[in-house]
Amino acid sequence: MTADYDLIVLGAGPAGVGAALAARRHDLKVAVLDQARAAGGQIYRAPNFRVGAPELRAQPDLARGEKLRAALEGSGADLFLDHKVWFVAPGISVAAVGPHGPTRFEAPAIVVATGTTERIIPVPGITLPAVVGLAAATILLKAHAVVPAGPTVVAGIGPLLYAVASGLLKAGGEVAAVVDLARPTDWAAIAPRLASRPDLLAQGFSWVAKLRRAAVPLFFGHTVTAVGGSEAVEDVEIRPVDPDWRPLREGQPVLIKARSVAIGHGLVPATEALQLLGVPHAFHPAEGGWTPQVEADRSTPVAGVYAAGDCAGVVGAAAAGLAGEIAGLSVARDAGRLSPSAYEGETRGLQRKWARAARFGSAISRLMALRTGLIQAIPSPTVVCRCEDVTRASIEAAVSAGVRHVGQLKSTTRCGMGPCQGRMCAEAAAELVALGSGSDRTAVGQWTARTPMLPVPLAAMVGVYDYDDIPKPVPAPA
Amino acid sequence: MPSSAPSASSGRSDPWRRDLRVGRGAPARLLVDGNLVDAFEGESIAVALATAGILTLRHSPAAGGGRGMFCLMGVCQECVVSADGVPATACLEPVRDGMVVSLSPFRPARRHGIES
Repeated sequence: MTADYDLIVLGAGPAGVGAALAARRHDLKVAVLDQARAAGGQIYRAPNFRVGAPELRAQPDLARGEKLRAALEGSGADLFLDHKVWFVAPGISVAAVGPHGPTRFEAPAIVVATGTTERIIPVPGITLPAVVGLAAATILLKAHAVVPAGPTVVAGIGPLLYAVASGLLKAGGEVAAVVDLARPTDWAAIAPRLASRPDLLAQGFSWVAKLRRAAVPLFFGHTVTAVGGSEAVEDVEIRPVDPDWRPLREGQPVLIKARSVAIGHGLVPATEALQLLGVPHAFHPAEGGWTPQVEADRSTPVAGVYAAGDCAGVVGAAAAGLAGEIAGLSVARDAGRLSPSAYEGETRGLQRKWARAARFGSAISRLMALRTGLIQAIPSPTVVCRCEDVTRASIEAAVSAGVRHVGQLKSTTRCGMGPCQGRMCAEAAAELVALGSGSDRTAVGQWTARTPMLPVPLAAMVGVYDYDDIPKPVPAPA
Repeated sequence: MPSSAPSASSGRSDPWRRDLRVGRGAPARLLVDGNLVDAFEGESIAVALATAGILTLRHSPAAGGGRGMFCLMGVCQECVVSADGVPATACLEPVRDGMVVSLSPFRPARRHGIES
């Protein structure tokens, strides 16, 4: 089945929904695709438990998510949820696998709103079951209302630490400690920019206050140096860090008893679709890493391709919704449904609001930008590529043998070649190649995005057909 | 309320806990490698198994290390199981009553060590 649209939107998070709603206001025929079964993205991930008024009152994100889902439902956009997009090409052509088999979409325009993946720098023991990402922990709470077996150590960088730890307490979990790479001075350095969103700042303070009331130890300027246990998590070793996030090895580490760990080191734009569409990328650490080239109107150098939200540079959910709206209006303008003057009128206020929201979001992004001490601290035997069990030692051996680019690393070690397609190890692997070869992230490059973008069973991709459906050449005359 | 299988059996970890103050879907039962696991319709397979103390969902193909759900958003592929005979990311795939889940097919045929 091929469906024709004016606009395809990849991703039903705040940016994708913003784009779809704006395009629908100008009567474009819109298809929205997402892998999840409900819209909202990860930030407004839909709960799979029953939501009553008390939950909505208690969780502002949940209420925002419900509002966003209702707006999308009523927008007249065609929703293709539970659809895995595995192919995208300029033109624009998209192939997905949904609950009823393979589907194809064609449109002159696409808004890519694929959000982020979490950066998780490996430590010994991180592959143990019951160690999950920090973003994963938010999903446990938001979508499942389930808490890991406690006590839980919550570790890494960014405001999610405090959201997760206080969320765990609220849901009946036990938090052993919060281990924050940032020192109080790092938080203070971005405080003036955070003041642009007093509501979010107040929310952060209330999380910390809740943790302090519950006497949860908060370790600022500390990092996890190992997760202990052979089959299950038993304890977590932490050490203070220097300003470059290098663990200080003098003195005894603090050992914390734990049964589970939530760990994350920031967010990276998820740009595989934009790479496949041919959009040029550049390395901008303060925006999360490799980011696509996107103009103020959210267009890219590739005709018909637009990018909005955190996949175009990490600045947070509030800014993402506004960027999506701008992208949707730009598509309408370029389709001739909106005059340039009307476009100016509609987007001027949005651009101003976006700049304000991005001010807060980019301060957080800057706080979370990766520092090399964390990479230098990875011990040699530690698994960096989870899929293929490639260790730091193997990566260093490859660099000693002459590897200077992540593509070369992949072909010599299989690092990044497994089913996650390098999404989980890209950051650590690229940093290690740069570190080992005395080079930088731009020089070591990024892995080439490949089709299929996600592992999809061949049977699902091909669908159901009869022998007679197969086109066969006419036999040559005898 | 589901009665989770005892956590004493081999391979079981401390069970993860549902916040029982929120309403759940209809009770559902899974058959996991021959063992019955109580769950609720709509929750993901990985979360349902975790609340029964089943955290190790597969073993890494090269070194054979136990792995469980990690990213919970369908990216890392660490939680791939066989659900009714089809490979599924257990963190996203919802539980259906009577679902047959198999963890064993994706165990490595042979294990070889990694440098350590």
